[in-house]
Amino acid sequence: MAAQAVSLSQKEEAGKLMLSAAGRWISSFAGQAEHLVTELERKRSKSKSIAIDVSHIEQLDTTGAWLLERMRRDFEDKGASAEIVGLNPRYKILLDEVQQTNTGKHTEEHDDPNPVVGTLSLLGEMAVSFAKDTGEFVQFLGAAVVSFFRVLVRPWTFRFTSIVHQMDRVGFRSVPIIVLILFLIGAILAQQGIFHFRKFGAETYVVDMVGVLVLREVGVLITSIMLAGRSGSAYTAELGSMKMREEVDALRVMGRDPMEILILPRMIALIIALPLLTFIGSMSALFGGMMIAWLYGGFAPEIFMDRLRDAISSSTFWVGMIKAPFMGAVIGLVACVEGFRVQGSAESLGEHTTASVVKSIFLVIVLDGAFAIFFASIDW
Amino acid sequence: MANVEIAQERTPKPSKVPDNYPIIRVRDVWVSFSDHPVLKGLDLDVKKGEILGFVGASGGGKSVLLRSIIGLVQKQKGTIEVFGRDLDRLSEQERQAIERRWGVLFQHGALFSSLTVRQNIQFPLREYLDLSERLMDEIAIAKLEMVGLPAFVAEKYPSQLSGGMIKRAALARALVLDPEIVFLDEPTSGLDPISAGEFDDLIKALQQTLGLTVFMVTHDLDSLHSACDRIAALADGKIIATGPIGDMLKSDHPWLRAYFHGKRASSRLNGKKT
Ligand SMILES: Nc1ncnc2c1ncn2[C@@H]1O[C@H](COP(=O)(O)OP(=O)(O)OP(=O)(O)O)[C@@H](O)[C@H]1O
Ligand SMILES: [Mg+2]
Repeated sequence: MAAQAVSLSQKEEAGKLMLSAAGRWISSFAGQAEHLVTELERKRSKSKSIAIDVSHIEQLDTTGAWLLERMRRDFEDKGASAEIVGLNPRYKILLDEVQQTNTGKHTEEHDDPNPVVGTLSLLGEMAVSFAKDTGEFVQFLGAAVVSFFRVLVRPWTFRFTSIVHQMDRVGFRSVPIIVLILFLIGAILAQQGIFHFRKFGAETYVVDMVGVLVLREVGVLITSIMLAGRSGSAYTAELGSMKMREEVDALRVMGRDPMEILILPRMIALIIALPLLTFIGSMSALFGGMMIAWLYGGFAPEIFMDRLRDAISSSTFWVGMIKAPFMGAVIGLVACVEGFRVQGSAESLGEHTTASVVKSIFLVIVLDGAFAIFFASIDW
Repeated sequence: MANVEIAQERTPKPSKVPDNYPIIRVRDVWVSFSDHPVLKGLDLDVKKGEILGFVGASGGGKSVLLRSIIGLVQKQKGTIEVFGRDLDRLSEQERQAIERRWGVLFQHGALFSSLTVRQNIQFPLREYLDLSERLMDEIAIAKLEMVGLPAFVAEKYPSQLSGGMIKRAALARALVLDPEIVFLDEPTSGLDPISAGEFDDLIKALQQTLGLTVFMVTHDLDSLHSACDRIAALADGKIIATGPIGDMLKSDHPWLRAYFHGKRASSRLNGKKT
C-alpha cells in the first residue's frame, strides 16, 4: 500500500473543532480524500464552530476543492458554522468557483416501478407502438404514392440517375450472393427430397417439389430476406445518419422534397430489383436442384427438364413473380420509415437499423402468408 | 487500495525536466495527406502555464497540428515532445499516463451521442479513477456549472443541446480530470459574445489557479486580446510569427497585417478606443 497522499486530522479545542487537511488534494487521490471526508461526515460532532485549516495542502484541484467545500457545507447543514482558513491565495479563485456549484437540489433518481405495473406498462407501450407503426407505414406509403404521381405528371423531375445508382447498389451487386445462396438452397431441397422420396420409390417427384417450392415460395422469400438484411439495413443507416446530421433538413429548406429525392428512388429501385433478383435466384435454385438430381439422384438433366415442364405451369412461375414487387415495396417502406425515425444518437441509429431488418423480414413473411391465402382462393 | 498506487504512478513525479523547458515542443513536423502537404517543417514551443493562441487561415492545418500533437494524425517526419517526453518513444503505459494529463476539446465537441451530458463528463472519471457515484455526480455538476451550464442540462442528450451548449459540455468533459494541458479547437466559435467572454475568464481562472497550460486554436480576436499570453501564427505550413498580441499588431508580415488590421479587426480596435 502506498503512503497516504492526503490526510485530514482533527483536534478539539475549547468547543471549537480544528480540522487540518494536508497533502495532495487532487483528482488522482480523490478516492482517498473522499473516504476521509465521508468518514468525517458520518461522525457526529458536538462542536458548533469548525475551522478547516488548509494551509498544509500542497496541491489542490477542482475535485479536491469540491471535497473541502462539501465538508464545509455538510457542517453548515448540521447547524454548525464552518469556515475554510489558511487558503493559499492562488487557490482562492478556484474555491470561489467551486462554492458556486452544486447549489441546486440534487436530481432525484426515480426508483424502479412495481414489476407487475412495469410489465403491464411495457405491454401497453408495445400495443401503442404497434398501432403507431401501422399508422406511420400507411401514411408514409401514401406520401410516397403521392410523390410518385407528382413525378409522373412532371416526368422531367424524375431522378433517373439516382434510380440507376440505387439499382446498381441493391440489384446488380446483390446478384452474386443471391445466386450462390439460392443455388445451395435448391441443391439442399433436392438432396433432402431424393433422400426421403427414395423410400417410397418416388424420387422423380423431387422435381415437382423443387420446382413448385422454389418458384412459388422459396425463391421470392429468400431473395426478400436477403435484401432486407443487405439493402434495407443500409437504407435505414444512410437515411438515419443523414437525418442525424441535419442533411434531410437541408434538403427541405432548399425546397426539395426528401420523399422525392431520397425515398422514391430507393423504393422504386427495390421494387424493380426484387422481381429481377427473384427470377435470377429461382433459376439458380432450379439449376442447383438439377445438379444434385443428376449427381446424387442419377437423373440426367434432360429428364429433369422434361419432368419440370410437366410439373409446373406458368401460374406457378407467376405466383412467385407477382409477389416480388410487393415485397420490395414493404422492405423499402420499412427501411425508410425507420431511417427517418432516427434521433440524434449513434445508439438510436443502431436500434432503428435492427428494427428495420426485423420488421421488414416479419412483414415479408406475413405478406407471403396473405398471398398464399389469396392464391389458394383463386385456385392458382 | 490498488488504485491509489496506480494513481501515484500516473501523477507527475518531480521530473528531471528543467522548469523552463517547453511543455510542448514541436520540431520540424511534416504532415501531408496523399501528397498534399499541410504542415511543412513546423517548429513550435508552448511554455508551461501559458495560454497560447494559435491562429491561421481556415484550412491551413491548425486542427491537423493539434491532432498530430495528441497523436490522432500520423506525422511523416519530425519530433513532438510533451512534458519533456518524445511521444514516439513511449510505451503503451507511458502514453496512457501522458494522455491522462491532457484534455481535448474537439472542434465539433465530439460528445458521445448515446450518453447523457452527465455520463459524458463522468466518462474519464470512470475510466481512470475509482470514486463513489455521489462524488462523480457532484463533480459532474460542479464542472458543468463552472463552464456556465445549468445543472439540469446534465440529464440531457447531446442531440438535445444547442451548438454552444455542446461546446461547453465538451469543455467540462475535457477538464474533468483537471489536466495540465488543455487543447481547445475553436472553443468560443458558436458562443454569444457574453458567453465567449465568460469562457475566456474561465480559462484564465483555471490557468491561474491550476497552472493550466492552454493550447487554443481560435479565430476570436477578443480571445486573442484578452485571454492569450502569446500567439503563434500559422501560414503555408509553418509558424510565421510568435509573440504577445502587441508584437503581432506591430508586425509587418502581410498575412499578419491582413489578419490583425483587416476590416473586422480594425473596427474592433477602433471600437475599443472610442
Ligand atoms: N483526414 C484528412 N484527410 C485528408 N485531408 C485532410 C484531413 N484532415 C485535414 N485535411 C486537410 O488538411 C488541411 C488543413 O485542415 P485543418 O482541419 O487542419 O484546417 P484548420 O486550419 O483547422 O481550418 P479551420 O479553421 O477551418 O478549422 C485542409 O486542406 C484539409 O483538407
Ligand atoms: Mg480546424
